[in-house]
Amino acid sequence: MTTLSTETNTGNTSTHDDVLVEVNNLKMHFPVTSGLLFQREVAQVKAVDGVSFSIRKGETLGLVGESGCGKTTTGRCILQLYKPTDGEVIFEGTDLTKLGNRQMRQMRRQMQIIFQDPFSSLNPRMTAGDIIGEPLVVHGLVKNGQEKREKVRKLLDDVGLHPYMADRFPHEFSGGQRQRIGVARALSVEPKLIVCDEPVSALDVSIQAQVINLLEELQEQYDLTFLFIAHDLSVVRHISDRVAVMYLGKVVEIADRNEIYQNPLHPYTKALLSAVPIPDPVIDAQRERIILSGEVPSPLNPPSGCVFHPRCSMAVDNCSQFIPELREVSPGHWVACSEVDGY
Amino acid sequence: MSPLLEVKNLRTHFYTFEGVVKAVDGVSYDLEEGETLGLVGESGCGKSVSAMSLMRLIPDPPGKIVEGEILFEGQDVLQLSMDEMRLIRGAKMSMVFQEPMTSLNPVLNLEKQLGETLQLHKGMNKQEARQESIELLARVGIPDPERRISQYPHQFSGGMRQRVMIAMALSCNPRVIIADEPTTALDVTIQAQILELMKGLTQEFGVAMIVITHNLGVVARYADRMNIMYAGKIIERGESAEIYRNPRHPYTVGLLKSVPRLDLPRRTRLDPIEGQPPDLIAVPTGCAFRARCKWAVDKCATDEPGLESVAEGHYSACWRSEDLGPEALDFLNDQ
Repeated sequence: MTTLSTETNTGNTSTHDDVLVEVNNLKMHFPVTSGLLFQREVAQVKAVDGVSFSIRKGETLGLVGESGCGKTTTGRCILQLYKPTDGEVIFEGTDLTKLGNRQMRQMRRQMQIIFQDPFSSLNPRMTAGDIIGEPLVVHGLVKNGQEKREKVRKLLDDVGLHPYMADRFPHEFSGGQRQRIGVARALSVEPKLIVCDEPVSALDVSIQAQVINLLEELQEQYDLTFLFIAHDLSVVRHISDRVAVMYLGKVVEIADRNEIYQNPLHPYTKALLSAVPIPDPVIDAQRERIILSGEVPSPLNPPSGCVFHPRCSMAVDNCSQFIPELREVSPGHWVACSEVDGY
Repeated sequence: MSPLLEVKNLRTHFYTFEGVVKAVDGVSYDLEEGETLGLVGESGCGKSVSAMSLMRLIPDPPGKIVEGEILFEGQDVLQLSMDEMRLIRGAKMSMVFQEPMTSLNPVLNLEKQLGETLQLHKGMNKQEARQESIELLARVGIPDPERRISQYPHQFSGGMRQRVMIAMALSCNPRVIIADEPTTALDVTIQAQILELMKGLTQEFGVAMIVITHNLGVVARYADRMNIMYAGKIIERGESAEIYRNPRHPYTVGLLKSVPRLDLPRRTRLDPIEGQPPDLIAVPTGCAFRARCKWAVDKCATDEPGLESVAEGHYSACWRSEDLGPEALDFLNDQ
């Protein structure tokens, strides 16, 4: 049984060759300050607290968890939109946390983000064409306006919008179309990695499926790797190759998609899966349902030991004292719970 | 026995600079005593507006209920004066909103917020109202209610605030609770808690409930019957079990088909409904869903289909409801 350490290629049994991003013991602690003039730190919000995983080239890694579990913060730390407190983010052999601003700006071409809210993530005063074309100009990928326009037209076409829409402003588009603009913008610099932060949760169900299909098509066409952050477990199962479950700043389970959905081991993963209502009353009524008591504790003052123990039905005395490490219990299936067989 | 609530041909329009938005355009349904009715549809289909109309909470201007009857306990609430309406609102009909933070008053503690309704509708004095409020909070599962009652909304988490909203809605023993997306803003595990709580309480108190949601799973778990809305109209209605198993309207089929499901094998591709809902200012002639419908025929462009019975208690507004059954089911079940 392998124990997780910062040196090993964590959550991943394969070789380094096919890994695009490796996250090692990532921590992001936000200071809570007090005082107006002389701010002093009174506490820390441990939004992400020692997270390790890797993303293989061409795969989609789903990152699920409830609000405040640190999934978005993890995504942003990977892109260095937040400077992590500790840990490494190794992108194709380069540790991003060690790069200066200028070097990082170069690297950003390789990695892009699609945001959750298609209403607030697009500048209302820029046309769709300018929004999509801006990264091309910033990174010097086009020589002149003509070339930029052509590229924008091609991108609009790729994401299923009409090229003539380039002159429209964001408010003239529907939610689904705006999300397509966000996707086109992310694609424009031909990145290798796209962090999709809840890209469909603000959309209606019938539109969600359109955007999910689009993302999958583009992944194939452009050879993209996705970190897909979401709280909707049905969507995550559909799109992901592997899934990591986060709870209160920690990864509690990682496994291949089929493995984690058919054989969830961590009690939190089990509860999360059982809580998803199924759109069929007969089947839904037959399902075993685990209703978790209580709520997610504050990351300001997380519980001792296993952070999940106060809500866990399997908890024993030890759980409040020892922090369980992520361990591989079967090939490719990692779990952080001492009460799981084979742990 | 006549139903508890009967909505007949309700039309709620909004008069804007750009034109008349026909948010609800000819909606009829009824609600039996003690039953839970799901009102399902995507954003802008008029589901919230139709519920707000029941409570007469439509801002006027720009909104106006232009036509229809809402018979509650045999009385048309649209004919009531605002004072009479106030006696019903919060007492016999109450509401749980989607966003519990914005629907609670941030500057009042729970004692004041809960007590206000009780003092107003039940004529309790301050002390009695406080005692009753504490009991209500305990009923909805808020730990340590004696202490929590003096706290303010920001001191509660999202799930707890929604519990407070439910306590408030239940406080005057209403006959109907209208829950507008009650769990949409909550996390999955908290959503499960709230759903269980509401299901238990409605059974225990014998309250009828209208649940408005876009989440097909939530309706499946909750509702006895459901109405599916599209572009301001009900396009399919029936027992939930029947609709999920045997949907007849192409839109319902499309909705069910477009969501990935945890209990079924993973599909390689999702089948979205192509296109977008129509603009409610200029709803096309004929069937509003026609442009997105894969089964549309010529007639759909010219004539608007009405709700017709397709099975007992099951209605669908589609020209092809009769012949579509098996084909639609094949499409739905084809993985």
